[in-house]
Amino acid sequence: MLKDWRAAITGAADTAVGELPGSSCMGLHAEAALLALADAGLRPGQIDGVLCAYSLTEPHPMLASVFCEYLGIRPSYSAAIQAGGATGCVMAMQAQALVEAGLCRHVLVVAADNRLTGMTRDRAVAALADFGHPQFERPYGVTIPALYALVAQAYMHEYGATREHLAAMAVAARTHALRHPKAQMRRPIAIADVLASRPIAEPLCLLDCCLISDGGAALVVSARDAARDAPKPPAALLGSGQKNTHEHIIAAPSLTAFGCRESAAQAFGRAGVRPADIDVAEVYDSFTITLLVELESIGFFEKGEAGPAALAGALDLGGRLPCNTHGGLLSYAHSGAAGGLFHLVEAVRQLRGEAEARQVRGAELAFVHGDGGILSAHCSLVLGRG
Amino acid sequence: MSELQARPLPVPNADTAPFWDGCARGELVLQSCRQCGTAQFPPRSLCARCHAPAPAWRRASGRGRIASFTRVHRPPSAAFKAGLPYVIALVDLDEGPRIMLALRGKAAEAPRIGDRVKVGFDPPAGPHGIALPHALTEGP
Repeated sequence: MLKDWRAAITGAADTAVGELPGSSCMGLHAEAALLALADAGLRPGQIDGVLCAYSLTEPHPMLASVFCEYLGIRPSYSAAIQAGGATGCVMAMQAQALVEAGLCRHVLVVAADNRLTGMTRDRAVAALADFGHPQFERPYGVTIPALYALVAQAYMHEYGATREHLAAMAVAARTHALRHPKAQMRRPIAIADVLASRPIAEPLCLLDCCLISDGGAALVVSARDAARDAPKPPAALLGSGQKNTHEHIIAAPSLTAFGCRESAAQAFGRAGVRPADIDVAEVYDSFTITLLVELESIGFFEKGEAGPAALAGALDLGGRLPCNTHGGLLSYAHSGAAGGLFHLVEAVRQLRGEAEARQVRGAELAFVHGDGGILSAHCSLVLGRG
Repeated sequence: MSELQARPLPVPNADTAPFWDGCARGELVLQSCRQCGTAQFPPRSLCARCHAPAPAWRRASGRGRIASFTRVHRPPSAAFKAGLPYVIALVDLDEGPRIMLALRGKAAEAPRIGDRVKVGFDPPAGPHGIALPHALTEGP
């Protein structure tokens, strides 16, 4: 029995992903937006709220205004949200709040970036290193992988996770991606391939790290009465939650316990469900360690259990918790804030029964999680088939 | 020098200048709250625990334990290529706060979580004379 809901995702779409020569950041925004609007059966003029994120290739302090001008729309509400990898989920939670408060009827959530072809790989790596503290981390040559590697080393030390356990996350993602015709990575990999890939920041190797991609994604979040006319079944936003504990890893309260536990508990509580009720999970996987920590902190697995379970197929279709069924950031695509929206788009497709070869049979409840910074900002969502 | 080649040295501000002045003298200094006594890092204009203003600066022992570490093989920019691979650690100082440091010498060879280290300083560099702290194996 689905809890009473007041906001739902009525449109969800993403562009092609991967290497998209000739694309522009705003062009991908517009393409994703129009696809999501068509999915929701709406015209651009019917949107009264717009939420955008941020861009590395076309940065601007007012990205929502830039996007609305580009698309030629004049909504009565617009804002840009920057919460790193949590942005997609935070935008969905904010859109939910806007329609539940009666401030908007249809909120367009959109993010895109062309950081694969729009900038050099070196420039992308350097820009991402800016997440580090400018005086107390960046001078030591940190990268995002290095900052997550510090978590991985501590987590392996405390809970006995192994490199094989981490690799199982990458293999599970690739197994799913092989079923998605749009995924950026379509070559099968085994545990040994992950372990033998080029070291990036020990213990993380190349295949422990997410992709760099071009692409965009968008959602339409509608109030319940406005969702009635949607051509496809709505994905109800049943519960959401957030927790921020730090920004920089030097200031994290712990290297092994993070805010995902509280953000997920909040989302489950508001939805009135438990982790064991979830049919399909789309959980932020910027690195293999990110996913492992989150699966064990959110309550899907006990500490030390996610790795062995993943090795035994728990994250695959038919497993205990089909997870990142599109292939995730590790094998589907990662283009900035759109990366987190890909997880949301996939959750909607699963709840609608549109996921084709990767469909989780009878999926009624989905869990989506985003994390930004170095496991700093967390946002969790529970979605249900409306 | 292009943006990708410049080493990102700290630019001290009102919150951090006493820390970097200490490093240039060869001393590790930390903030300590005048009200609740909590030692904190990174430096701030107030105590992040009780929010009392203007924490006092105190000389720290410069000793602590490795809380985690990573050997970096892919640097953020060309400026760090010459030192590859290099080891970055999070160190829990004996006073309580956690700090990031580069591991040097024997400390970088086969580090383990829990290893004791002591702080040393690079020669001052750049327009602000920054002497970056690093960590060495704690001697007798």
